[in-house]
Amino acid sequence: MERYYQPEIECASREQILSWQNERLVKQVRHVYDNVPYYRKKMEEKGVTPDDIRSVEDLHKLPFLTKADLRDAYPYGLCGEPLSKCVRIQSTSGTTGRRVVAFYTQHDIDLWEDCCARAIMAAGGTNEDVVQVSYGYGLFTGGAGLHGGSHKIGALTLPMSSGNTDRQIQFMCDLGATIICCTPSYAAYLAESINERGLRDQIHLKAGIFGAEAWTQEMRRDIENSLGIKAYDIYGLTEISGPGVAFECSAQTGMHINEDHFIAEIIDPETGEVLPEGSKGELVFTCLTKEAFPLLRYRTRDICVLTREKCSCGRTHVKMSKPMGRSDDMLIVKGVNVFPSQIETVLLNKGYAANYQIIVDRVGNSDRLEVQVEMTPEMFSDTVTLITARERELVEALKAMLGIYAKVTLVAPKSIARSEGKAVRIVDKRKLY
Amino acid sequence: MTVKQISVFIENKPGRLAEFTDILSRNGIDMRALSIAETPEFGILRIIVDDPFNAARIIKDAGYVCSITPVLAVAIPDEPGALFRILTILGDAGVNLEYTYAFTARKEDTAYMIFRVENNEKAIEVLTRNGIRPLCRSDLNHMYHDED
Repeated sequence: MERYYQPEIECASREQILSWQNERLVKQVRHVYDNVPYYRKKMEEKGVTPDDIRSVEDLHKLPFLTKADLRDAYPYGLCGEPLSKCVRIQSTSGTTGRRVVAFYTQHDIDLWEDCCARAIMAAGGTNEDVVQVSYGYGLFTGGAGLHGGSHKIGALTLPMSSGNTDRQIQFMCDLGATIICCTPSYAAYLAESINERGLRDQIHLKAGIFGAEAWTQEMRRDIENSLGIKAYDIYGLTEISGPGVAFECSAQTGMHINEDHFIAEIIDPETGEVLPEGSKGELVFTCLTKEAFPLLRYRTRDICVLTREKCSCGRTHVKMSKPMGRSDDMLIVKGVNVFPSQIETVLLNKGYAANYQIIVDRVGNSDRLEVQVEMTPEMFSDTVTLITARERELVEALKAMLGIYAKVTLVAPKSIARSEGKAVRIVDKRKLY
Repeated sequence: MTVKQISVFIENKPGRLAEFTDILSRNGIDMRALSIAETPEFGILRIIVDDPFNAARIIKDAGYVCSITPVLAVAIPDEPGALFRILTILGDAGVNLEYTYAFTARKEDTAYMIFRVENNEKAIEVLTRNGIRPLCRSDLNHMYHDED
């Protein structure tokens, strides 16, 4: 039996959803225009006033926001409420070392947690469940979001955070966790560790909610079979709130976007033109109910397809496909956003040439990041000690910038493949899309 | 009283050393001594040649990263304890050894060793004081050309 956290919203008629969206959009545009000078300026530049936005039909008139805007406006420029009304900050990695910082009022957190609660219930969660949250806690939205959602449905919440696999498995067995929330690659690793230890019959998991990175159907089957669970996808981004912007239901054929809070559009990433339903393009979100960080027409850079076909779960909200790629060069490695420009910054700071290649691979369901750097006369030495010491320094600097370990390989000059004189920066061997 | 060693960055992949030696042979460069320090990903090839500056230019032009390092070359008599004696002299004087390798010339019963130390001047000073004269470039060249 399908369970809903807010059935009257999740299964509302299309007309009802549209009427919420129209009403909320008009109000939100006014709120942003009045309280976010950065966006007001963008609107003025485009010659749009709040009076021009009378319904969702007018959405296309509004200017886009991109990650570059978030950087320009860092840290407070896009905040729509006085800081006295904000109660939380969450953050994500961003380009050139400047992070994306998102603000939340108590109301924002409530609604975000509602979204996560919907996702957990769609995965079969109830107040009888023990939900093990193994996403990182702290600035990352994964832990906080699912933790809040789990509380909302009244489940017993295990705030494990990430890492310490032995303890994860022990708690999972001893406390009878029934739902696990983490990145899919960590789920695969947990499954492997559980089976290696012969503890498969000691666990009571029935479902997993996995997100924050791309994963394939094959990986889903792998995790489902090795843990004996049903694996659900969840989608979100810090800029828009965090996990729970969209989530999978029992149909497992796409993720329902919480349309009472977010309007989704698909645009042509080249022209910015809105594409008709069913087209593949870049996903753009407009936040309808957020107070502190009310982004309008934010370009996610994720490429996907939206579908409004009737869903067997009974929910009426639009479904998005798994992201099929990116319209920029961002990589998601171990759930962490990595931009080539961040790596380039570190290399240049450390005296290396900007001739490099980023190689991402997935070994046994776990991501590996490698940075190949061309050797330069300046970095060369006749002793191994000196070269490896420099290499170690580079590994440390990359870790400080990216937040994850990247293996550094020094390669011969001009050995990195160049096409039309331009180096091929990224080799993603994972075949995720 | 040093000789100039050429150090070359070589990737640790099949055929890379062969490619490199092909360039030397096509340019008529003869190696007097060779040693390789290896890591899992790359190696540092160290060679002693007759005309290091000309050779370094050719190697660079071929697209390699290389450097020239002054190192000590010392004749070691072919008798037990000869190397021990030299190492003791250096060690007692607090001269730290980065790496060392051996090579031979054809005409004598003498081995030669290359010493890469932190402080060449100090090493030359203590060796000379103990009656050991590090070789210079012309010594090395004579060693071979006398024979021709």
